Amino acid sequence: MTHQSRVRPDQPAVPLTDPPNADPMLPRLFRVRAVTQEVSDTFTLDLVPEDGRPVPFQPGQISMLYAFGVGEIPISISSDPADPSVLSHTIRAVGKVSRALADLKPGAMVGVRTPFGTPWPVAAAQGSDVLFLGGGVGIAPLRPAIYRVLAEREKYGNILILYGARTPEDILFRDELRGWRSRFDLSVRVTVDRATGSWSGRVGVVTQLIKGGGFDRMHTVAFVCGPEVMMRYGVHTLNDHGITNDRIYITMERNMKCAVGLCGHCQFGAELVCRDGPVFRFDRIAETFAIREI
Amino acid sequence: MTARDDLIEMIGEAPVFRDLSPDMIAKLAGCARVEHYDAGAVLIRDGQPAETFFAIRHGKVALELAAPPHGRLVLQTLQEGDVLGWSWLVPPYRWAFDGRAVTLVRTLSFDARGLDRLMGEDTQLGYRLLRELVTLMANRLTTARMQMLDLYTPRGD
Ligand SMILES: Cc1cc2nc3c(=O)[nH]c(=O)nc-3n(C[C@H](O)[C@H](O)[C@H](O)COP(=O)(O)OP(=O)(O)OC[C@H]3O[C@@H](n4cnc5c(N)ncnc54)[C@H](O)[C@@H]3O)c2cc1C
Repeated sequence: MTHQSRVRPDQPAVPLTDPPNADPMLPRLFRVRAVTQEVSDTFTLDLVPEDGRPVPFQPGQISMLYAFGVGEIPISISSDPADPSVLSHTIRAVGKVSRALADLKPGAMVGVRTPFGTPWPVAAAQGSDVLFLGGGVGIAPLRPAIYRVLAEREKYGNILILYGARTPEDILFRDELRGWRSRFDLSVRVTVDRATGSWSGRVGVVTQLIKGGGFDRMHTVAFVCGPEVMMRYGVHTLNDHGITNDRIYITMERNMKCAVGLCGHCQFGAELVCRDGPVFRFDRIAETFAIREI
Repeated sequence: MTARDDLIEMIGEAPVFRDLSPDMIAKLAGCARVEHYDAGAVLIRDGQPAETFFAIRHGKVALELAAPPHGRLVLQTLQEGDVLGWSWLVPPYRWAFDGRAVTLVRTLSFDARGLDRLMGEDTQLGYRLLRELVTLMANRLTTARMQMLDLYTPRGD
């Protein structure tokens, strides 16, 4: 098993055969096909491999994106795993590397090491209700899992997408959320923390969306992604509604460098986010997660 | 079924009254009425005397503050099953924000003075209702704090 194909035994996923890159430390060249400004500080880069070889990936997996001469950062893949010829990455411009990536124009080149990390266990969730709980840019790593689940809609029970953003202007993938909401076979709830009078949607914290129910607490798998404080409250509220930690998965976005379990930069308790994550079953990390200093 | 029976049934369905016995619920019917508000209508207004307690049966209500020059700032939205306001319970008995119907809204509305009197006369009823309201207040306080935290901005590690 190479590092690229690493999945946990409890997360059966199609193994990634024929790893496109034998040396996981060596970036491949990708060309920027399109740049979409999603909201004021967040954009999506659609990347295509220069050598034309598709990159099969699992929902939840990440790439290491290298902005030439600036640096490399981990970013989750946000596109549809059904189309491995294009990899999208939805990025919030916060610092040196992410801002350099924000400046790229279509046609520019990026160094990419991909795919890495444990996926969302979408196949293992078949037969259950699936609850996606996303906050802010955290909806991006969930999106490939949403695509995958919707592609096989009949294999799942109720599907809920619960999403919170700071203001209406910060809502990512607005058109897509609207499209999903217009379907009869899933439930989409969106809330914001702050709004002016022109917003007719909900105002309140994202955890309140869980209160709305619509899932069978004994048979629900929850996929949670967002900043850590949001995930902490999210997990508590899911627990209050009967979803136990062994059916909750979260992504840990602790910063990583090597992505192959060598450097220890992303250590989180006994786990290395790059080697054992970024998707963790919550009961496995609950103790560490509760320690605020880690 | 009489209109009073309908009212009693509706009161029994509101989550805030879940701990009350059937005869307590029947007593509440004495100060309750069913109301509806069109989208855009104002249910309560900042600074006005708080004389009504609302249990929302249908629709969405936005709690707002006028915040010039930004216009109206929405602090929270309430929906079916939520209650609107407890200013009728605590001095100075004045609303602290506006409540505006975002959609068509149907409420069970209680005359606050009548309700307060009932709670004093039947202290079991008063205690149970107060305990439910305190729980709601504590939840609102927690969620308001979470909103202030700005949950969606990742902290650097
Ligand atoms: C597994 C994983 C998946 C990720 N997926 C995404 C994604 O899909 N989209 C996305 O926008 N970001 C994602 N991130 C976060 C992203 O990697 C960081 O924002 C990026 O490394 C910041 O680098 P920079 O050079 O732009 O900023 P820097 O100049 O290094 O830092 C700028 C500021 O951002 C803060 N910061 C740096 N890293 C993080 C972080 N991980 N979380 C919060 N704050 C941070 C720093 O403390 C500093 O205040 C992911 C991180 C991990 C570990």
